[in-house]
Amino acid sequence: MKKTSSILIIAVIIAALAFLTYYLYEPIKENIKLGLDLRGGLRVVLEAEETEGQEVTPDTIQKALGILRNRVDSLGVKETNLFPQGDRRIVIEIAGEEDPEAAVDLLKTTSQLEFWDEQGNVLLTGKNLKDAQATVDPQRGAMVQLEFDKEGTKLFAKATQENLGRRIAIVIDNNVVSAPVVRDVITTGQAVIEGDFTAKEAQDLAVLLRSGALPVSFKVMEKRSIGPTLGADSLEKSIKAGIVGIIAVLIFMLGYYRLPGLIADISLILYALLVLGTMWALGAVLTLPGIAAFALSIGMAVDANIIIYERIKEELRLGKTLLAAIEAGFRRAFRTILDANITTLITALVLMYFGTGPIKGFAVTLSIGIVASMLVALIFTRYMLILFANITKNTKLYGV
Amino acid sequence: MQIVQRRKIFYIISLLVIIPGLISLFVQGLNLGIDFTGGSVLNIRIDEKVTAGEVRSVLSSFDLGRAEVQKSGADFYIRTRELSQEETKELLKALEGKFGQVRFLSAESVGPVIGKELTRNAVLALLIAGVLMLIYITVRFEFYFGIAAIVGIMHNVLVVLGLFSLFQWEVNSSFIAAILTVIGYSINDTIVVFDRIRENLSFKLKEDLMTLINRSIMQTLNRSINTVLTSAFALIALLAFGGATIKLFVLAMLIGFISGAYSSIFIASPVWYELKARA
Repeated sequence: MKKTSSILIIAVIIAALAFLTYYLYEPIKENIKLGLDLRGGLRVVLEAEETEGQEVTPDTIQKALGILRNRVDSLGVKETNLFPQGDRRIVIEIAGEEDPEAAVDLLKTTSQLEFWDEQGNVLLTGKNLKDAQATVDPQRGAMVQLEFDKEGTKLFAKATQENLGRRIAIVIDNNVVSAPVVRDVITTGQAVIEGDFTAKEAQDLAVLLRSGALPVSFKVMEKRSIGPTLGADSLEKSIKAGIVGIIAVLIFMLGYYRLPGLIADISLILYALLVLGTMWALGAVLTLPGIAAFALSIGMAVDANIIIYERIKEELRLGKTLLAAIEAGFRRAFRTILDANITTLITALVLMYFGTGPIKGFAVTLSIGIVASMLVALIFTRYMLILFANITKNTKLYGV
Repeated sequence: MQIVQRRKIFYIISLLVIIPGLISLFVQGLNLGIDFTGGSVLNIRIDEKVTAGEVRSVLSSFDLGRAEVQKSGADFYIRTRELSQEETKELLKALEGKFGQVRFLSAESVGPVIGKELTRNAVLALLIAGVLMLIYITVRFEFYFGIAAIVGIMHNVLVVLGLFSLFQWEVNSSFIAAILTVIGYSINDTIVVFDRIRENLSFKLKEDLMTLINRSIMQTLNRSINTVLTSAFALIALLAFGGATIKLFVLAMLIGFISGAYSSIFIASPVWYELKARA
């Protein structure tokens, strides 16, 4: 009776695993987030430049991030990731853009708008801007129309009055874009920037001005750009390597440990599903070192099984019955597996804390792998071993 | 097997690897990549027939500092001083003008500040991991086990660093990740042996410490070998079939794992014996 029900349960488990593998394979493959190193893209680390009278505080970085996010949305830059790093840095990651470098260049422009009189005194700035829109005039070409807020309207009226007949320079990031002669006092709060723009440039400038100037200027500290060819290449090669490695492990386990080896192999499939599924669920990013970590963690997942089986063998050699040996083997292996995995987890967590980009991906995958391997070995493998022990008590199948 | 009795032999074997590595580290140091030194690396695919010299001759018309060109199949790695985006574009244009189709694979630029931070973070990460390890092992086992495990860690780190210096393999930020993984892995190995010693000690049999340690090592030997084998399968597959970008990363881990398996058997436990016997 016990034998029949055990066979039944094993059959159900194997069928369920096969079913899960079959139906989860596509969604996992489609939905797991790939790092820039596997799909191609650009990662730029920007650092705020401290200038006189402009201190960089966490608040400045937060403001800048808000402005940058705004720009990303209005410029329609696709699949962009923005986040702060440390106290004074911002990381921009762009995937799937044709010219990501140009996009970053545009994003990081300070876009400080100023109006100067002929002596170079600042009359008013982009702070008083209410709106900026690009238009194309058939005669005058592309330009940007500005609308000031209440205070700006007053300031601009005063400025045009005081500079009547003289030039007012429109300056963006200390470059004079145009310097028209003031013909009338303007009280409507409207102005136009004309320059040698293309329609696209006028459009971008309007967006940048609308989103406001960045509180500080940024310089590029680090820039890594991976072409789509290399990304696809790495993905394909490392998946192949991963599969070869896993198959080698599966064969070794089956050959060396026989029946328990088979159980380890079944456990490994569950393990792989668990790790990839968790990564999918957490939205964790799979990077190239991450794939290496995954392949590696397979080897480590087997380790828990190896420790258990070696223990069971020892207990069997001492003359215990199979079920007693399995129980004793697990009890003794438990502490070993726990201590060994926690120390590995400590380094993975330290790495996660210090690492950035792909390295972080490595640490995340490794940590998920370590926890999953412990759970699978201590719960699933144990249950499977007991089920199989109900079917046959032949200890030869356990390599003794 | 009389492992503890013959420990001097195993120490000598380790020193035979470590000392040349240390000398090399002092004499020629590590071959630091741009993550540490700052600079740019441009990775392009042209054609197998094109030689590194031809690429170099195109570069000579640019002011690139000390430019290095490396060829691997149809792929070329051009390492230069830190280039701006415009300079990279011009360089690509010039190469296209000379060789026709040039496929862009990757471009990396790292400022000089990043390298210093990386070194600082790496040292910090190693120290923190080491201290946490020592604390955990002291709590779960005892202080001498912790010290012996740290000696094992240092052994493995020195083996990897030494070989990377001897062969002048390039070291980048992923190397630090590899080193930390080696530490985690080799401590894992060591713990399994120590755990056995701890267990055997608890039986309070009348045998001397040497015999007990030897017995513990032999009891866990199958596991030590099989585990390093299964991990090595995965790493060797990555080394053979994975892309060029992770080769050195994987190599560092492979060396570290093998050294880790060795040290957990032949170094860590004998060192623990020395400490214990003298205490």
